[in-house]
Amino acid sequence: MIPKDLLYSKTHEWAKIEGGIATVGITDFAQEQLGDITYVDLPKVGTVFEAGQEMGSVESVKAASELYCPVSGEVVEINQELDAAPEKINADPFGEGWMIKVKVTDEPDDLLSPEEYAEIAQAEH
Amino acid sequence: MKTVFDTSVPGREGVWPEKPRTEPVDFLPEGLLRSGRPNLPSLSELDVVRHFTRLSSKNYGVDSNFYPLGSCTMKYNPKFTEEVAALPGFSRLHPLLPQLPGGGDMASGALEVIHETERLLCEITGMAAFTLHPMAGAHGELTGALMMAAYHADKGHVKTKIICPDSAHGTNPASAAIAGFDVVSIASKDGIIDPEALAAVLDDQVAGVMMTVPNTLGLFERHLPRIVELCRKVDALLYYDGANLNAILGKLRVGDAGFDVVHLNLHKTFATPHGGGGPGSGPVGVSERLIPFLPVSRVFKDEAGRFSLRYDYPKSIGYVAPFYGNFGVVLKAYAYILRLGREGLPRVSEYAVLAANYLRKRLDDVLDVPYNRTCMHEFVASAERQAKRGVRALDIAKALLDKGYHAPTVYFPLIVKEALMIEPTETESKDTLDGFVADLRDILALAETDPAAVTAAPVTLPVGRLDETHAARAMEITDDLG
Amino acid sequence: MPYIPHTPEEVREMLDVVGVASIDELFAEIPDELRPSGLDLPAGMTEMAVRSAMEGLASKNRTDMSSFLGGGFYDHYVPSASDMLISRGEFATAYTPYQPEASQGTLQAIFEYQTAVTRLFDMDCSNAGVYDGGTALYEAVMMAVRHTRRKTVVVSEAVNPIYRIVLSTYTKNLRLTLVTVPHAMGADDMAALARAVNAETAAVVVQNPNFFGVIQDFTALFTAARDQDAVSIISCYPVLQTVLKTPGAMGADIATAEGQSLGLPLSFGGPFLGIMTCRKDLVRQMPGRIAGRTRDAAGRTGYVLTLQAREQHIRRQKATSNICSNQALCALRALVNLCLAGEEGLIRQAALSIENAHYAAMRLSSIPGVRLLTPDAPYGNEFSVLFPINGKKVARALMDQGIVPGFPLGRYYPGLENALLVCCTEKHGREEVDRLARRVEKAL
Repeated sequence: MIPKDLLYSKTHEWAKIEGGIATVGITDFAQEQLGDITYVDLPKVGTVFEAGQEMGSVESVKAASELYCPVSGEVVEINQELDAAPEKINADPFGEGWMIKVKVTDEPDDLLSPEEYAEIAQAEH
Repeated sequence: MKTVFDTSVPGREGVWPEKPRTEPVDFLPEGLLRSGRPNLPSLSELDVVRHFTRLSSKNYGVDSNFYPLGSCTMKYNPKFTEEVAALPGFSRLHPLLPQLPGGGDMASGALEVIHETERLLCEITGMAAFTLHPMAGAHGELTGALMMAAYHADKGHVKTKIICPDSAHGTNPASAAIAGFDVVSIASKDGIIDPEALAAVLDDQVAGVMMTVPNTLGLFERHLPRIVELCRKVDALLYYDGANLNAILGKLRVGDAGFDVVHLNLHKTFATPHGGGGPGSGPVGVSERLIPFLPVSRVFKDEAGRFSLRYDYPKSIGYVAPFYGNFGVVLKAYAYILRLGREGLPRVSEYAVLAANYLRKRLDDVLDVPYNRTCMHEFVASAERQAKRGVRALDIAKALLDKGYHAPTVYFPLIVKEALMIEPTETESKDTLDGFVADLRDILALAETDPAAVTAAPVTLPVGRLDETHAARAMEITDDLG
Repeated sequence: MPYIPHTPEEVREMLDVVGVASIDELFAEIPDELRPSGLDLPAGMTEMAVRSAMEGLASKNRTDMSSFLGGGFYDHYVPSASDMLISRGEFATAYTPYQPEASQGTLQAIFEYQTAVTRLFDMDCSNAGVYDGGTALYEAVMMAVRHTRRKTVVVSEAVNPIYRIVLSTYTKNLRLTLVTVPHAMGADDMAALARAVNAETAAVVVQNPNFFGVIQDFTALFTAARDQDAVSIISCYPVLQTVLKTPGAMGADIATAEGQSLGLPLSFGGPFLGIMTCRKDLVRQMPGRIAGRTRDAAGRTGYVLTLQAREQHIRRQKATSNICSNQALCALRALVNLCLAGEEGLIRQAALSIENAHYAAMRLSSIPGVRLLTPDAPYGNEFSVLFPINGKKVARALMDQGIVPGFPLGRYYPGLENALLVCCTEKHGREEVDRLARRVEKAL
């Protein structure tokens, strides 16, 4: 599943940018690859990232993966629910499984369209 | 089954020393003392014996089950070596003793064991010197990586990278990272290291290349001479991960072949027991040029044949262990080497390799074997064919448990999908091997006709498949965190 | 050939299946020039002959002496049932429990061990053990470095000097700064330690009792460390922890220990057991294996290795450590001993050790010219004695008479050449101590 109204990174994050704020999470493909997610390590509110910079990690029983911030900006909110219920990422990766909200400072210029991301996900399968 | 905490009854008498005349509060201020008791179990000796005897019955072990675990060399652990390690002259020896004046003479038997074991390992591997300090294989790798860093620093080189093939055991890159290196992975070609791929990344920033022979696919690294040559050109050191040494005892001496650093796993090749996850021992051997960097202390034998500890090696990397390594494990390996001797050790590899090829040929019609040519002591099969029908390597592994075998290594190396890495070792009889083949073939046949029966396994053990997700999320890692 | 069961007939059958005429063909890929012509090793020996040879070597080690050596490694009594239980083949010859259904014995034992040590140290979480107390201390420092992302580590000079050398060996390539705070004549200099902790500090590292045997309360130091967001690490002695103020009560973040004193033989330095416990919020930084309780589909309780994503076989370069072994059989032995002795047995071991050590200290310090290094400082099972002459001379004189009076501190502490570190366990009765005191007096 690849929602049409989002932008994507090569590293399987998605971003929804509205009013200068980007909501970020990982894609359905990513959560499927990882399996049951057991823990997610998110950055602190106030941290500033460059697009593509490592921002945390996500762990499942069999794998661990770094998370990369798809946009440049400052973290303004993190999804507190994920601490007790990381499984929300598996169940609803584009909705309740959202991870952080970033106040965007630079227009992201190398994010992928849903079609471009679909190709990448297909190739890695 | 209950835990010891469930079984405990406050006040129940265990194995107690006599009652002290005093109490700690007679000597120490209350502020330094524990308020309350530690809430540890109170059990009778029978409680304890029963509990652990029952627990033991829930375990597979080499003593009761065939363990064709690739890269682990689960061979028989000779019992006489346990007696040797338990001799009071060894087990009661305090490690600080030789650090006292004249103490070397009082621990001369132990120092001789260390000295002799180092010498025998040099002869077996063709290396110039050994240290027995590393306490496990991964620890040996770290020690090796630290020595490689010290060698380059001493020469004034700025070397930041270590190269590992994509088939490497996970500890290789992890160890290199701790020694401060960046790790570069190269893709294998036809199952082995491709010299051209290696040449492409071998610049003068490369401190070393870590590899194993045979590699984790059980294949001989036939381009080894070229690899040695390429490394020499940029003064990159060549590291041998000894996990697979069981394939080449007496057939190849890695020092002769050009390796600079080598680590061995005494709990694999040299038959010391795995203990459910340790203790092991990971001695490290080096070529001449790395000798100055070996960790201290080192055992020195003078012309009169007296042993002592020496620390005066200014270029040594320091202490990688508090003392002399896992001496109790080294004792067992030393006794094993003496037992087998010059004729016995090469036979080990001959029969290990024969047994692996025998299993390969008896299974290659029912399992995919990606590199189906002469293997060494282990081979990698793939359950990709079965996976397409819904039965994965993991399911086959669990079904084997039901038949009384420990499963082979699964999902390693990462470069083979649905991998099953099978290493029989030289100590299993042909009957056992044939029984294994028959049982595995039955499982694979069942996978075709009734996949659900296979994916339900194991069903004969104390527990079925356990919810690992729940374990990671609930984090109930002590009785008090429930 | 010992341990190789194949008969010539069986070999022939296998060769036929493989499709080669001889075993030698299977090694054809190894270039001739790399094949050794033989190994220059002694000829193989019978089991009887090897045992005899090893007994000969064992007899060359003087384990018959009256020894007061400690330094973190103590000779406590080990009940007979312990050896028998842990040498069961199901425990000793099992592999790492990666197939949990066939390893519930090992896994439940690890879980019980983890529970026991967390209770002992009054901490939240434990791993399944690492190689030894020195590695445990190093791994604790690395946990703090990862957690705080800081690069300076403050270490008390009163921490085991051997562990400090190990720490420095492992960390030299990691661009960390180790700041050593000198001891104050055998005691930890609390003020200096607190002053050394600042906003660059990843961790402060202390030991209790310290290497000189002195027992202290580090609560105030740990509070100061917390104020700076630095991690507090304390290395302890398990047997004495049954009666001493706990790391948990002091507010430590990580408590490590050498588990040898929980009934592992001294065995000339190994195999030992590195105990690591921590507060709950640091558990994801903890290296090594961890067992967790869970259930199967039928609801039966079972145990598995958990949090494995941190480990080397999944994270590779980014692993929390490169550790692969957890000294499982050593942890099992520690657990078995702890269970056999029980809470009361361990407390008695601690109390008797303290009692015997205080008797020994009193006898030795009554000798003219001999005094305790820290006469006012509280100590437990171990204490430091100052002689009017070099401690090595005292040691040498007594060793010639079959007594090892203690460890010469000058070996690792310049300025303390006249001091010996003396320890007692429950084994050191009055008679033995009296003999020590008499001989020391004679030697001076």
